[in-house]
Amino acid sequence: MTSRPIVEARGVHKHFGTLHVLKGVDLVVAERELVFVIGPSGSGKSTLLRCLNRLEEPSAGSIVVDGIDLLDRRTDINKARRRIGMVFQGFNLYPHMTALGNVTLALRKVLGLPRAEAEARGRVALERVHLSDRADHYPSQLSGGQQQRVAIARAIALEPRVMLFDEPTSALDPELVGGVLAVMRELREDGMTMVVVSHEMGFARAAADRVLFMDDGLVVEEGTPEQIFGAPRHERTRAFISQIERH
Amino acid sequence: MTAWERFADSFLNARVAAEYLPKIVDGFRLTVVLALLIVVSGLAAGLLLALVRSLGVRPLNWLIIFVVDLFRALPPLVVIVLLFFGLPAAGMQLSGFASTWLALSLVLMAFAEEIFWAGITSVPKGQWEAARSTGLTFVQTLRFVVLPQAIRLTIPPLTNRTIAITKGTALASVVAVQEILGAAHAGVSFSFNPTPLTLGALAYLVLFIPVVVFGRWVETRFAWRR
Ligand SMILES: Nc1ncnc2c1ncn2[C@@H]1O[C@H](COP(=O)(O)OP(=O)(O)OP(=O)(O)O)[C@@H](O)[C@H]1O
Ligand SMILES: [Mg+2]
Repeated sequence: MTSRPIVEARGVHKHFGTLHVLKGVDLVVAERELVFVIGPSGSGKSTLLRCLNRLEEPSAGSIVVDGIDLLDRRTDINKARRRIGMVFQGFNLYPHMTALGNVTLALRKVLGLPRAEAEARGRVALERVHLSDRADHYPSQLSGGQQQRVAIARAIALEPRVMLFDEPTSALDPELVGGVLAVMRELREDGMTMVVVSHEMGFARAAADRVLFMDDGLVVEEGTPEQIFGAPRHERTRAFISQIERH
Repeated sequence: MTAWERFADSFLNARVAAEYLPKIVDGFRLTVVLALLIVVSGLAAGLLLALVRSLGVRPLNWLIIFVVDLFRALPPLVVIVLLFFGLPAAGMQLSGFASTWLALSLVLMAFAEEIFWAGITSVPKGQWEAARSTGLTFVQTLRFVVLPQAIRLTIPPLTNRTIAITKGTALASVVAVQEILGAAHAGVSFSFNPTPLTLGALAYLVLFIPVVVFGRWVETRFAWRR
């Protein structure tokens, strides 16, 4: 029996005024799959990801996540978003709350858990990102890598069905990247379904099931990491891969 | 009489001071009540307008901006006088106290709205996105994520503006309210001696020096927090 996909985006278009940013993108992600998205700056990677939890309203197409039609006007988007965790390039932690406060806010206000229960669950989430000892620290007292791990804990605390990562390590000093990637590896090993926009090719080779190359609002090519990085078929993919390999 | 004695007899006359002190104390109480009412209603209305503005309903926002600019442009005394002398023409009579309260509340509302709004817009978009992505609603995001950060930024300018506008309570004397200045002025007219004005000035110092010191404290405290 094949289970239904967790993410099923079909023919997604996005216009910003006259700018046509997504030109009919399909993205189907199976349960427990890790899909990696690469592509040049401005190709629409972030926009695609943001359409998947409707932070951005697609202009056309359909997006179904965990069986919920996100673009149906009857869908309660706030309820749907509980199942879709998102991690941002800039962490976006709440600076006026401790790490634990960041993690428990949605548990209390969205899931309606009592404080004690939310905190117990928040501590479990912080433990999964190896930051139990930082629960009472404010974001300004944490390194970038630690902040990003708190942001991951904030998302996984809601027990989402899929996690979206938008360049989670590109704002980090090189020595802090490893810790975040390690946490993402563990998440994957625990069976989390993930869509990751990133240029960390080593991580992709080790952890991705599939790599998508986007250019100019379209998925140009997709395949296993070995195919895409080792033997890209399209000229544009080849040019892009050799460019990021030089860095 | 030497010049000093003449001066003391005019401005520091003990007999006149004793006679008019109770009136000044009454004026002091009235000023405190009036100022507190203005602060509460002005700040609440300003915050409310800023919250409504954050909903982003175009025509509503134009209206808010118009009202806010209007009351920031008009001198407070003009607003007081308009309400006191103008409204009866429209069949509504407000007391001097009510006119002053309403006028200065509207002025404080206008400035407070701008300050709150600047605070709200200074919170990065990423904060909204992070909160909304966890399923928080617009209102929850505003309340638990955006406002706590926005208000921290607004406290110093808000404190200064509030102090400046509550000092405008002295304008109420123009519409016959016996607040500090009104009481002092009446005392001068009855006694033909300016000592009540000296008392009035002292009353203002007693009232506002703590407020100004508080404002200074707030400013340094929140400046370090950043
Ligand atoms: N809110 C917006 N309004 C207008 N244009 C936008 C908006 N968001 C994105 N764009 C434009 O859409 C295009 C795609 O942007 P997007 O952020 O999706 O690219 P990206 O592939 O994530 O690039 P990067 O690697 O630089 O993050 C860009 O040209 C960008 O300027
Ligand atoms: Mg991007």
